[in-house]
Amino acid sequence: MAEYVKPLPTINAETAPYWEAAKQHKLVIQKCKKCWNLQHFPRAICGECGNMEFDWVQSSGKGEVYSLTRVYVNRAPGWVDEVPYVFAIIQLNEGIHMISNVVGTPAEEVVIGTPVEVIFEDVTPEITIPKFKVAK
Amino acid sequence: MSVSRKAAIAGIFEHPTRNAPDKTALQLQAECVLGALADAGIDKKEVDGLFAPAGGEEPWISLCDYLNITPHYADTTTIAGPTSQHLAHHAVAAIAAGLVSVAVVVQASKSRSGEGGGGRQRISPVPGSFQDIYGPAGIGVYAMSATRHMYEFGTTHEQLAEIAVAARKHATNNPDALRREPITVEDVMNSRWIQWPLHALDCCLVTDAAGAVVIVSAERARDLRSKPAWILGTATAPAHTSGGWRDITTTAAAKSAPVAYKMAGVKPSDITMAMIADHYSSAVLLQLEDAGFCAKGEGGPFVEGGRIQIGGQLPVNTDGGGLSSAHAGFRGMQNMIEGTRQLRGISYNQVNDVELVLCQEAGGGGYGVRHTAATTILGA
Repeated sequence: MAEYVKPLPTINAETAPYWEAAKQHKLVIQKCKKCWNLQHFPRAICGECGNMEFDWVQSSGKGEVYSLTRVYVNRAPGWVDEVPYVFAIIQLNEGIHMISNVVGTPAEEVVIGTPVEVIFEDVTPEITIPKFKVAK
Repeated sequence: MSVSRKAAIAGIFEHPTRNAPDKTALQLQAECVLGALADAGIDKKEVDGLFAPAGGEEPWISLCDYLNITPHYADTTTIAGPTSQHLAHHAVAAIAAGLVSVAVVVQASKSRSGEGGGGRQRISPVPGSFQDIYGPAGIGVYAMSATRHMYEFGTTHEQLAEIAVAARKHATNNPDALRREPITVEDVMNSRWIQWPLHALDCCLVTDAAGAVVIVSAERARDLRSKPAWILGTATAPAHTSGGWRDITTTAAAKSAPVAYKMAGVKPSDITMAMIADHYSSAVLLQLEDAGFCAKGEGGPFVEGGRIQIGGQLPVNTDGGGLSSAHAGFRGMQNMIEGTRQLRGISYNQVNDVELVLCQEAGGGGYGVRHTAATTILGA
């Protein structure tokens, strides 16, 4: 495949289950084993109760655009050929917000409320990045 | 006044690790904060002062976000080895002054296992790997708060443009301002998109900038060259992802401004003029609401009709702001300096009978994700 020149995530112990799931084309949300709080971005500690043990529940991957910007100016390699592109906060049906791109549709057509579903980009042999496309 | 016996150490936690290649410094800090609070028997909700050294991405606010806490006092002063004791020194001062009652001082460093390097730009595992990989391109996270505000409240591009027009009008009288040619709403609307919904003229300049202020005790202020600008109220507050959902049309100013007003014993209608960090036109609009000058959602109509221009009801950024005078990643310094000029009567756009000035700076990572706000009220 063509080399992926955009920034790659750095995977560490506290976030590894998220990226492992992504590699298997699953979007997961951290759920505290003690207080059942869902949180994103994942981290080693529950933001509600301080517990450090989690389940990783699979998200439906469906949601809608909560907010977005259409990026017209970005000269960094990998991005410069894609402007304008969508940088968005997605509200998953589970109620959690996550940041991502909405791809596959002209940026001007993506608005707040556009329904989306997750897709998975295998950017390197080791790393898969969740992104979103407009749902039919 | 002696600060001796005004504060005491109530909780301690030393992390058992001596080599933690699998944990970031951020995580180590978080574990230590929680460990020390547990030792003290104090809930993290009570923490109102966080003292954490600078370094890494988005210092201080990243830790607030990671722990999901909202202290209203921040300090990241870093002076090499003695840093923690120095931060404790500051914590004592803040407690003695009655600004903080539960302070946490934390430090974590990965001198052995390191925090990465390598040629390619290294994104932090948390939070960078969940946002920077998607190309925010600098202002994406700010722009998203403008988009949501327009969606929820009907704020228009033209209303945002009024803010840029007002700043430029003030800059025409400031010989040091970078951009001094007057602009119209139409000029703003015709400037190219940077990150929709923000046009180029909705965005601050990129300049060099520097400044300093001297702050003295009331006793020392009895004998000064110029009229002192009294600091009547001061507060700091964070806003962040709160574990996965936040209303991005409200900035951290909604938390810092009320604290400052209460300390000063004044209300928004008492304020004569305001200095509000204009990283983007939309930043001013949100902060005007959050500082209580109008209700949430009414910022658009508020900035119309010249209300925030010299001669209007609430002149804003009479030096030309970051939109037209100077912007090097911060506006708090210029806020305090121009606010003081207004109180002394020496501004290039002098407002009549200035009694109270609100200085408001909300910025950092971006309103859509995490940032910090500070409110300072100056008076005659």
